[in-house]
Amino acid sequence: MTMRHLSHRQSVLWIAALVHRLSGLTLAIFLPLHFLTLGLAIHGEAPLESFLRWSDQPLVRLAESGLVFLLLVHMLGGLRVLVIENLPWRDGQKELATIAAGLSAVIALILLARLF
Amino acid sequence: MNVHLYVWQRLTAALMVPLVLVHVAVIFYATRKGMTAADILARTRGSIAWASFYGTFVVAVAIHAAIGVRNVLTEWSPLKDRGAGIFASAFGALLLLLGARAVVAVVLP
Repeated sequence: MTMRHLSHRQSVLWIAALVHRLSGLTLAIFLPLHFLTLGLAIHGEAPLESFLRWSDQPLVRLAESGLVFLLLVHMLGGLRVLVIENLPWRDGQKELATIAAGLSAVIALILLARLF
Repeated sequence: MNVHLYVWQRLTAALMVPLVLVHVAVIFYATRKGMTAADILARTRGSIAWASFYGTFVVAVAIHAAIGVRNVLTEWSPLKDRGAGIFASAFGALLLLLGARAVVAVVLP
């Protein structure tokens, strides 16, 4: 593939679409594990409590914060798609919407970092 | 992606925007001073409101994720439309099953 054919990969819109896809894929892989964890409560409070105490480890908490961040990024990216598809936007405004979604994600990350 | 799948993916996305915001708010609230199973279950057990909220969330996310996985497989894997559709449907069914089990686990008294 020539450089000319790859030039679209430097576009902020292409990067936004890739981030949206990768965050969605990560969340899809995480979801069954999330449901299995909550399902522990079917055997009573103790198994869920035991898992939650295991999840107090710094690395697990970091991963959990990362997943919340990805959830927000994916939701904001999805809002971007819905707005672009359903409102009469022009080209320059698409980039602005993407930058706004990116900034919102950064703010979400700062909030998460404060919590952690 | 055919028109039906496209519409279902957008509808479930729009439906999940408020659900995600509430879910994240609950996460922030629940983790403010450590999260215990007793706190979570005291909030959810016997609650028709949380059962409806998370029940709706599970159905919407199972549909949305299955369609998304199908799109990714069609574009990024050697699977053809039919194979991608079968895998994605199985994945959606798994999410629905595990999600429903999780809701039952935290909501039933």
